[in-house]
Amino acid sequence: MRKALLFIPFGVFVVLGVLFYMQLGKDVHYMPSALVGKPLPEFQLVPLESSELVGHESLPKGPYLINFWATWCPSCSIEHEYLMALAAEGVPIVGIDYKDEADAAKQWLLDKGDPYAVVLQDEMGYFGVDMGVTGAPETFVVDSQGRVAYRHQGVVNEAVWQTLQGYMR
Amino acid sequence: MMFPEIGHFALILAMFFAAALGVLPLIGYRTRNGLLLSSAVPLTYVTTALIFLSFVALTLAFVQDDFSVQYVAQNSNTLLPIWYKVSAVWGGHEGSLLLWALILGGWASAVARKSHTLPELTAPVVLAILGIVATGFIAFIVYTSSPFVRLLPETPVDGADLNPLLQDFGLIVHPPTLYMGYVGFSVAFAFAIAALITGNLNSSWARWARPWTNVSWAFLTLGITLGSWWAYYELGWGGWWFWDPVENASLMPWLAGTALVHSLAVTEKRGVFKSWTVLLAIFTFSLSFLGTFLVRSGVLNSVHAFAADPTRGVFILALLVVIIGSSLLLYALRAGEVRSSVSFGITGREAWLLLNNILLTILTLTVLLGTLYPLIFDALGLGKISVGAPYFNAVFGPIALFLIVLMGIGPIAKWHKTKGALLVRHAIAPALLAVLLSAIVYFVGDFDGWVWASLAIALWLSLMCFVEWFSKVAGKNSSLWTRAKKLPRAYYGMQLAHIGVAVALIGVIFVSANSVEKMVRLAPGESVEVNGYEFTFEGIKHVEGPNYVADTGVITVRENGKLIDTMHPQKRLYTTTRQVMTEASLSPGFTRDLYVSLGESLDQGAWGVRIYVKSFVRWIWLGGLMMMAGGLLAAFDPRYRKKAEVAHA
Repeated sequence: MRKALLFIPFGVFVVLGVLFYMQLGKDVHYMPSALVGKPLPEFQLVPLESSELVGHESLPKGPYLINFWATWCPSCSIEHEYLMALAAEGVPIVGIDYKDEADAAKQWLLDKGDPYAVVLQDEMGYFGVDMGVTGAPETFVVDSQGRVAYRHQGVVNEAVWQTLQGYMR
Repeated sequence: MMFPEIGHFALILAMFFAAALGVLPLIGYRTRNGLLLSSAVPLTYVTTALIFLSFVALTLAFVQDDFSVQYVAQNSNTLLPIWYKVSAVWGGHEGSLLLWALILGGWASAVARKSHTLPELTAPVVLAILGIVATGFIAFIVYTSSPFVRLLPETPVDGADLNPLLQDFGLIVHPPTLYMGYVGFSVAFAFAIAALITGNLNSSWARWARPWTNVSWAFLTLGITLGSWWAYYELGWGGWWFWDPVENASLMPWLAGTALVHSLAVTEKRGVFKSWTVLLAIFTFSLSFLGTFLVRSGVLNSVHAFAADPTRGVFILALLVVIIGSSLLLYALRAGEVRSSVSFGITGREAWLLLNNILLTILTLTVLLGTLYPLIFDALGLGKISVGAPYFNAVFGPIALFLIVLMGIGPIAKWHKTKGALLVRHAIAPALLAVLLSAIVYFVGDFDGWVWASLAIALWLSLMCFVEWFSKVAGKNSSLWTRAKKLPRAYYGMQLAHIGVAVALIGVIFVSANSVEKMVRLAPGESVEVNGYEFTFEGIKHVEGPNYVADTGVITVRENGKLIDTMHPQKRLYTTTRQVMTEASLSPGFTRDLYVSLGESLDQGAWGVRIYVKSFVRWIWLGGLMMMAGGLLAAFDPRYRKKAEVAHA
């Protein structure tokens, strides 16, 4: 009996080891959004190309992507090329020009091309707060029911799209 | 310059010599081959010298701004002051591991130097264990984290600069002292494993391991104290402990190490808890190792974490499994042979120290659970959670306070059995006095009830330390002074460390109960009153440092109309990294710190200013320093040297 007890520390260690192994390589910074499964929050924003406030009626019929971007964000220019490719495949993307200047944003889209179905300006970042955005770029999937299905922080690329695609229902 | 290549080559050689050190003496032990056994000491020295050479090579690369070396390019800059260039050697992942290896070599060499005081067969085995640990660690550096990788042919013109948070005196000294502690526990570990291998599980290994453990413990205490002090003045919001996973990673070995220091004492003096002490030595070093794993592998999210790299994680995990797993297996197979012959009563000092060990182990597991809980939760697919200060304060606080109550009693108890009447006679006056004095503070200061209780505990501990000392020195035959001088150094070490705990506790109580914090908007010329101090914002000066530009606020402080200090909090912009840093300004005092940091620049020259008056905050670190000094005092008690000589003869 006493002999068996001496194996307890070893046993606990083995369990911990397996646990650590399972956790290795996971992205610890990944944070799911609290909005997942909930309807997209209401908003009143001005599109880049006009001066009238619009709300949900300006959005495409789902499923679609919402992409927070800005001209001050270096990672956004990295993902831009991939967004162009997605748009060419017919994926509707709503761009939220986050805490940015309209003129700079227009110039950016002229220079690099415009992958967005519509671009809404969130100059003060209020919609960003409603969506729980912590920085740009961030991308949300909204499903055909108008509910937030998934949130991705950081650059969208081929690997990320594999994940996002699964939520486009 | 060839230095990085020389350093790299020296490190690879060191790995092979360490491997030889890990193998040859053990073969020598099995075959009783004197030549192989005697190879342990020279192999230790050669390994250490090679690691040192490698470390010097990296340091030279930093000093000479050799940006063709990737690690230098990532962590230094031509404008960086020279002392930060040197400390930048351990400012990143690769270099800090090299420092770890160097310190391990240093400890092993120190053991080698003292090896003549150990039995002929024990010393080589101890060094071989250290050799195995060193092999694993150096291999980890060589295969996954070499600091000598070159950026050729596209050498950057200048480096990316050291993280501004690390450009600070605290960060020059904090990692080396912390590692001295972490790695030092490998010596106690090696003694324990050697005892398991040789089957020599009598109390002598405890006597050899004690001074080493005390010194490591003292370094770890100093390292944690420095880390807390650094966080306090550098992070800009005046906290001194955050229950961050990496802080916890250093606290766990400290708690286990504290238990080890005490259980080694019992094992040496009374020959009990033998098997438990061995396990505790393994446990303490495992936690040091685990801390390294958690920080380096990126499985936990922390402000201290270096960039996550799964291959590194797998390597450390494999190391962890090999070294810790095999030790625990060896323990399971061998520790059953130990028999304790001595019994002890439930009032004896053994029992009090057992209680100390149980409580410290519970505290360690509490921190371990809190640190790993988010990980377990995530691994089981239950989602993301974080465990923060509320859990730790609620669970850790009461157990720690209970432990401190017992600290008052333990030293007064006698080995084997203590008469109840003796305990009561000694304890009654301090208990009453502590509760009474604390009550006065509680009513005068208008504090919460918990302040009364915890302050009473701190006072109780201090008074009991004094009573216990007095009971030893009071006597009729000779003067108090003669008797006081006769008490061993180790005894005063214990007393100092215990009083250090009381001092730190008083600091903790007041800093949380009696501190004031105010966030105000101040335009030039405006003042604000905080806790009897009048802070006047005189204006902003522009200052240029070697690698930053700064806005420096000039804030004068008056008490009763009299100028007592002028403070200069800064908002720095580091020009290379474009990082903004808040440098708080402190006006330290024995019973209070004034702490001012700049917030945002507002309109019309006004600034957001954060002002804190922190009560007794210095006492926390003063307590830490006292504990460290106590540990050192005990480690250098002459009796260890004497007994070692007897063992040799």
